[in-house]
Amino acid sequence: MVTLLYFASLRESLRCSREEVALPSSNATVAALIESLRSRDGPWPDAFAPGKSWRVAVNQRMADLATPIKPGDEIAFFPPVTGG
Amino acid sequence: MPTVRVQQEDFDVGRELDTLMRDRVDVGAVASFVGLVRDLNDGHAIRGMTLEHYPGMTEKSLEDICAEAHARWKLLDSLVIHRVGSLAPGDRIVLVGVSSAHRGDAFEACEFIMDYLKTRAPFWKREDTPEGSRWVEAKASDDGAAERWKG
Repeated sequence: MVTLLYFASLRESLRCSREEVALPSSNATVAALIESLRSRDGPWPDAFAPGKSWRVAVNQRMADLATPIKPGDEIAFFPPVTGG
Repeated sequence: MPTVRVQQEDFDVGRELDTLMRDRVDVGAVASFVGLVRDLNDGHAIRGMTLEHYPGMTEKSLEDICAEAHARWKLLDSLVIHRVGSLAPGDRIVLVGVSSAHRGDAFEACEFIMDYLKTRAPFWKREDTPEGSRWVEAKASDDGAAERWKG
């Protein structure tokens, strides 16, 4: 299992801030996880559609589609940041 | 050692900057930046805003940014305080303070830390306007400002 977190506008459009999911496969990457999220019903395919602007962090470090994920990881999705 | 704090409460700029120079005589320069909530953004009247963050990662990313500033410039100390939660126009949002022997290092490092904070630290602003509330979109100009510190 991995923990998924969603922040800001992404959290609102998905109506989800946190969930636990099974890894899509062994040797999974962020890209494989995105594929499985896109296959869900409702707002999911649109939120992660190609061209949509979102960021991903794995275990609180900025990551990308190729970043490997393993059981116990914390994976966060969020829009581009706007602090300061 | 950099100090990083993410908090709801306001901060006292004078008292915080004093921690960068108190009880030491090697500091020749302290540069600082204070970010405030304005009452207008992109032509919209702003009644207030709510700042969300990613507890844990936000602090870590601010620590990383300060560590990079210390690696690039000769700094004696640094400080980043960023508020979260509900803020009103005129409220302070962020304080960056940097101390060094000479002003050049302090000025540049302070600007660097703000530019990186704007593009890398996980904070999100939601503005309340008379037409309703909206998430603030990231600006390409902020990416450009961070870009110039590369290479």
